[in-house]
Amino acid sequence: MKVRIGLEIHVQLTCLRSKLFCSTPSNYYDKPPNTCVCPVCLGLPGVLPVPNKKAIEAALMVALALNCEIAPKIVFVRKHYFYPDLPKNYQISQYDGPGMIPYARNGYLTIVVDGVKKIVRIRRINIEEDPGRLTYPTGSMITSPYSMVDYNRSGVALLEIVTEPDMESPKEARAFVEKLMAILEYLGVTDTSIEGAFRVDANVSIEGGERVEIKNIGSMKDVEKALNYEILRQRKVLESGGKVLREVRHWDPHKKVTVPVRGKEFEEDYRYFPDPDLPPIIVTKEWLEEIRRKMPELPDARIERFTKQYGLDEYRANILVLSKWLADLFEECAKMYSDYKKLADWLITDFLRWVKELNIDPKKRSWNPRSIVSLLQAMDRGLISVRMAKELMPKVVAEGIDVEKFIEEQKISKITDEKLLESIALEVFRENPKAVKDALKNPKAINFLVGGVMKKTRGRADPELTVKIVKRLLEAVEKGELSI
Amino acid sequence: MDWIRQPAYRLVELFRSDPSKIVDYVDSVYDRIQRVEPLVKAFITIRSREELLEEAQRIAKNVDSYVLPGILVAVKDNISTRGIRTTCASRMLENYVPPYDATVIERLKRAGALILGKTNMDEFAMGSTTETSAFFPTKNPWDLSRVPGGSSGGSAAALAAGEATLALGSDTGGSIRNPAAFTATYGLKPTYGLVSRFGLIAYASSLDQIGPMARCVEDLALLLQVIAGFDPRDATSLPVAVPNYLEELNRLWHEEPRLRIAVLRSLVEVSEEGVRKVFEDALNKLCSRHECEDVEVPYRDQIVAAYYIVAMAEASSNLARYDGVRYGLKTSFEGRSWIDVYTEVRTKGFGYEVRKRIALGAFVLSAGYRDAYYLKALRFRRLLKEYFDGLYKRFDIVVSPTMPILPPRLGELVSDPLRMYMADINTVIANLIGCPAISIPIGFYNGLPVGLQAMSKPLNEVTLLYLGKELQESLGYANLVSEVIR
Repeated sequence: MKVRIGLEIHVQLTCLRSKLFCSTPSNYYDKPPNTCVCPVCLGLPGVLPVPNKKAIEAALMVALALNCEIAPKIVFVRKHYFYPDLPKNYQISQYDGPGMIPYARNGYLTIVVDGVKKIVRIRRINIEEDPGRLTYPTGSMITSPYSMVDYNRSGVALLEIVTEPDMESPKEARAFVEKLMAILEYLGVTDTSIEGAFRVDANVSIEGGERVEIKNIGSMKDVEKALNYEILRQRKVLESGGKVLREVRHWDPHKKVTVPVRGKEFEEDYRYFPDPDLPPIIVTKEWLEEIRRKMPELPDARIERFTKQYGLDEYRANILVLSKWLADLFEECAKMYSDYKKLADWLITDFLRWVKELNIDPKKRSWNPRSIVSLLQAMDRGLISVRMAKELMPKVVAEGIDVEKFIEEQKISKITDEKLLESIALEVFRENPKAVKDALKNPKAINFLVGGVMKKTRGRADPELTVKIVKRLLEAVEKGELSI
Repeated sequence: MDWIRQPAYRLVELFRSDPSKIVDYVDSVYDRIQRVEPLVKAFITIRSREELLEEAQRIAKNVDSYVLPGILVAVKDNISTRGIRTTCASRMLENYVPPYDATVIERLKRAGALILGKTNMDEFAMGSTTETSAFFPTKNPWDLSRVPGGSSGGSAAALAAGEATLALGSDTGGSIRNPAAFTATYGLKPTYGLVSRFGLIAYASSLDQIGPMARCVEDLALLLQVIAGFDPRDATSLPVAVPNYLEELNRLWHEEPRLRIAVLRSLVEVSEEGVRKVFEDALNKLCSRHECEDVEVPYRDQIVAAYYIVAMAEASSNLARYDGVRYGLKTSFEGRSWIDVYTEVRTKGFGYEVRKRIALGAFVLSAGYRDAYYLKALRFRRLLKEYFDGLYKRFDIVVSPTMPILPPRLGELVSDPLRMYMADINTVIANLIGCPAISIPIGFYNGLPVGLQAMSKPLNEVTLLYLGKELQESLGYANLVSEVIR
């Protein structure tokens, strides 16, 4: 059964200093409620919106990066609905209708899933203002006797990016969101690590069923999880002979299920019309060219460059490039270290693992490429073993240590003292007579003994030397020169 | 010294030579207010004499640095004044005190003018008589049984009753010119975008303009000078250089150019007899010096309809924000759904006329009707503009009576809504096409004032002021103040 998925993604332009239509700071994220507001974003009587030129430019940049057709004029419209988080009871947005047009349309984005390239079409992009936020004294809408409104978010510049239903699996949907977020990050318009910087709604239908809309997906991982759940649910309904009805469902990120949202009794009429307070903004070719010139290298171009310049395969290049900070770090390291593949592997695996394990926000850190390079070089020069390198990685990640200096100071370099290693190996032999017998029969079983030495030296034993010593001792046992 | 009838431009000269006189002037106006305000009811809020005298003394110390030192200005109550309650004559905003000043108020303060108080108006500027005010109607100082016009009726009445020297009004479909005509005062609706709307509580954003009101042309020019000019806080504000209106007016006055004047003949014909007679007399005077020609008014049946469709559509949107959550009329929230709360607030807070216009506006914007009403009205608006653009190529000025009727009695017009809306036909044109228009007092009929409206191409306010000056000098209706007899 074929699955069709379309996405509607709301992204804040977090790069801006001020909101979309007033000069109030837009970095409201950790501010107390209703402290990031002014008469304009509170919709006080008599105020007027004035478009933030930087926001328009950022929006145009996104449209160019997503290969969109750009409207000759940016027309803002009023979308009317009453809701307490909306100070004017209309939202300044965009619409496709007589005298109205989204500022960007008909774009596309390429994603790679399991090595297969795919084009996802973008239907349109709107630029609009974010509403405020409702909060509840008890934390729940149902048990609270009243709700509270925080207008800090009100008026923050938002893009609404709508795709065609071109994705056929949750994995593809996640890949799309990841790619989109990477592009936004490369453009420097959105810091996707900020909570609330993006929200995803997904439309999903299975052959033979109606389209279901899932709202409130707040992270890239949840895009995949929510869709997996929903597709499974729809399959079960269809398999048991039921019908999938057209409805709106809510993603509950804690219970990891989608739940139906009470349907509207009637189709809402938003009474769109062009906002008379905002004359259309003319988009000239010259302006677009100027914006295009300011655009940085985008992920696709960088992936291609990584494969050419560093000889990486597309898989590694893709992983590095989709996290801009990681790709930047890779390139910094690559200036000092030329085994690019080894560098890429260590960054993608151990380094990244520790970044996650140590709960570090990689975008807020200034990384020390020298530390990573010093680790790889210490390994190359035989100063430390692979195992020691792995053990030192958290210190590289957390403290950015210079590995060579560190092992000198801590005297934790590799143990290459043959006599010392031999005495440790003997100890291992005595403690594990059965393993010695096994190793005499099966040469592969010597790994257990080597591992024993490593354990006793906390990984500092020179692995090659240890193997040599273990083999030599085994020979001695076999010949009867050594008894244990 | 008769402070009450002095025009602002002469007061400024007097104060410059003797700043201490500002205090005498402020005192006299307050005495006048105490005497006539109970009869006229022009103001919703009047600031205290003490507060203003204090401000006057501060300004008196530095008269030379101000354009309008100490001049008392009455401000329509839909223009935001920081710290002074701004009600729009609505229960909805009865206790609303703006935390910011409208751009025009900032400019007035910078010019050293004194904000005397906030004047009565039709609720949210919706009306032509000042009777839809939620608080009380204002009386016409020339005949207390009649309305002063609207919606800026309080501002006009304050001028005609000698309660202020200058006034600000707002004009969405004639709300400055209509009361100016009914009170024998001068009122100008500037070109759309010449005066910042920032801080003007919106009725219909694409039609609204703040404008000056005064008792003579020179004062009109003086006040326009202070409030006009580009404002980065209003995206519809025009980035143009503002001429020196008084200088330009004087230059034209000496050059005496012959104007090409178009007369909207059919609008004269449908006017009341008294209006027609007074208008023809004034027109004869004009035609003796200028080139006059009758022209047609096309689409007469559609103009008012198109105007009300656009105005109500925008109003339904602009007035959506009044829900009692952040400001304005409050009611209890706890345990109630927001829909409940909103419904109660909006039912109690808005008067009948406002609710009607919101409902009609929401209707003409709704899916299925938008094409037939709203979009058609927009197309009509473009058509009308094209016609007038053509006229302005052939003529400098287009004239008609400001209002087709004399000031009606209280209750007379408001009970006949279609007649009330139709009476706007002469004035709404300028708002639909965005051009400037002036109302000039040209005489009385049975003791009731009549005004002449002149329109010109956009940004040609100077020519309107020139025509106003010519009629002012030839007819002598300058600095009129009614005795206000019960």
